[in-house]
Amino acid sequence: MKIVVAIKQVPDTATQVKIGADPKTIDTAGITWIVSPYDEFAIEEALRIKEKRGQGEVIAVSLGPDRVKEALRSALAMGCDRAIHLNDPGWATADTLGTAQALAAVIKQEQPALVLCGRQAIDDDMGAVGAQLAEVLDWPCASWIMEETVDADAKTVRVGRQVEGGLEVFDIPLPAVLSAQKGLNEPRYPTLKGIMGAKKKEIKDVKAGDLGLTPGAPQLAVKNLEALPARPPGRVIQGEVKDAVKELVRALREDAKAI
Amino acid sequence: MANAYWCIVEDDRKGAPKKVMAEVLGEAGRLAGGNVEAVWLTDKTSDDGIKQLGAWGATKVWVLENAVFAPYTGEVWVPAFAELVAKESPKAIFAPVTSRMREFVARLAARLGAGLSADSVAFAMEGDALVATRPVYAGKLLSKMTWAKTPWIATLRPNVFKPAEASAAKTAQVEKATVKLPAARMKLVERREEVSTGLPELTEAETVISGGRGMKGPENYVILEKMAAVIGAAVGASRAAVDAGWRPHRFQIGQTGRTISPKLYLGFGVSGAIQHLAGMRTSKVIVAVNKDPEAPIFKIADYGIVADLFEVVPALTDEFKKLLEK
Repeated sequence: MKIVVAIKQVPDTATQVKIGADPKTIDTAGITWIVSPYDEFAIEEALRIKEKRGQGEVIAVSLGPDRVKEALRSALAMGCDRAIHLNDPGWATADTLGTAQALAAVIKQEQPALVLCGRQAIDDDMGAVGAQLAEVLDWPCASWIMEETVDADAKTVRVGRQVEGGLEVFDIPLPAVLSAQKGLNEPRYPTLKGIMGAKKKEIKDVKAGDLGLTPGAPQLAVKNLEALPARPPGRVIQGEVKDAVKELVRALREDAKAI
Repeated sequence: MANAYWCIVEDDRKGAPKKVMAEVLGEAGRLAGGNVEAVWLTDKTSDDGIKQLGAWGATKVWVLENAVFAPYTGEVWVPAFAELVAKESPKAIFAPVTSRMREFVARLAARLGAGLSADSVAFAMEGDALVATRPVYAGKLLSKMTWAKTPWIATLRPNVFKPAEASAAKTAQVEKATVKLPAARMKLVERREEVSTGLPELTEAETVISGGRGMKGPENYVILEKMAAVIGAAVGASRAAVDAGWRPHRFQIGQTGRTISPKLYLGFGVSGAIQHLAGMRTSKVIVAVNKDPEAPIFKIADYGIVADLFEVVPALTDEFKKLLEK
């Protein structure tokens, strides 16, 4: 069974993100880049499917500039078999739809039975690429999945998607696109052997032209980034706990009108 | 009507629109100067539900009522909705952020070849163009977005926009839409309900109580739940508490969990790691209780108490009880 995992490289969660000289983009100086955490759940799940079936291939795909090779290398170190890097300056301002179209073009070439991705990348937080990819491919999809089982002959997958107040379990014919929610699994750490082995695995560079695509202007564009408005200075309530608590409740009711 | 602002109805699966629709219709009404319509895909509408949408400002409710719309599947909803869009050419399509709308609206935007601004927190007209503001990096920055063409498609974060005031004098015209209905390839096997806590959903709650590493263990969350029951709050947790296995993942607030913006956030034993602050800093009023006066959460808190949460929580619960029993 062939599985494609779509991943994105993002700044580490501890990063203090700053606006760059071009106010449409962030200042990337000094940023530690990581594989978006939800994408790690997707990678882990793909590897578990392959291991459980005892055969198959897991291909990591990512769109972005040269630095994205590091993220793909991490995916290979976790155990993915090979990687495809959608690396073309034409995709620099790609929106979610442009990204989905690029991924779909690669997926049509690879013809996997299953595509996994994270529920959202933690930079743009748009959470749209997985669903849009399914639409471009005309495949069924399920978002925010918490559990998954591929049947023995790899014809259908049973998934539980998280919804308000519960879990909806579906049988979905393959091929399909699934997006991973936290809780799906516990991603493994790459072993030393995995890291060494990853250096020998293939990362194929793909340009838009290789896929017969000409990236155009995005449908949704960033006009500019802005810092958050500063919060008004707060107040630490002093005194004994019983008095402080009384004062807090008074302030919440009378000053802040929050309760 | 062509050029209308469309609001996709999120409902309770029993025929009533969710309260968040007042916010979506209110914002659409403000931008559209009144040309606002609701579109309701469901297996069950109700007269009261349609009245409610009218009272919130929808001049028309497009009704697509059929058993195939429940449970939601993108492969059924998208072609049906897209067909209506092609006939009616709305100027904008808005929906609240909920689990199914998040996926549906993304798929729909791809089908229509249009841009999507997900999880938007503000809109403004600049000339003839709509500009959306949305948090990025889990709220560490804001990003202003523009569309290349209409329809302007967006999802709206709950608890942020001013809700429309219901007016019984306003009524909506009902229009039953006929569209082709594709069959779903995916089949529902079962729906597993969570054990109900009796408390509101984290992302919808007006008040959220959050417990961090200072809670010391899963058994202590019961004191937060007691307080939550008194003030009608949801109970969340920091990543530290979730990673320690004290609370299920669905209760995590922060960059790798839920982003919330309640009217009131109360953090107990939450230090305020940057990734947690990112998920809650747009809360209107922030209260922090922590033993450590240097905890970063005090930098963004409106009210802080430097003390042991195990002393503060019971005392505060009693004070809330006294206040609300009055």
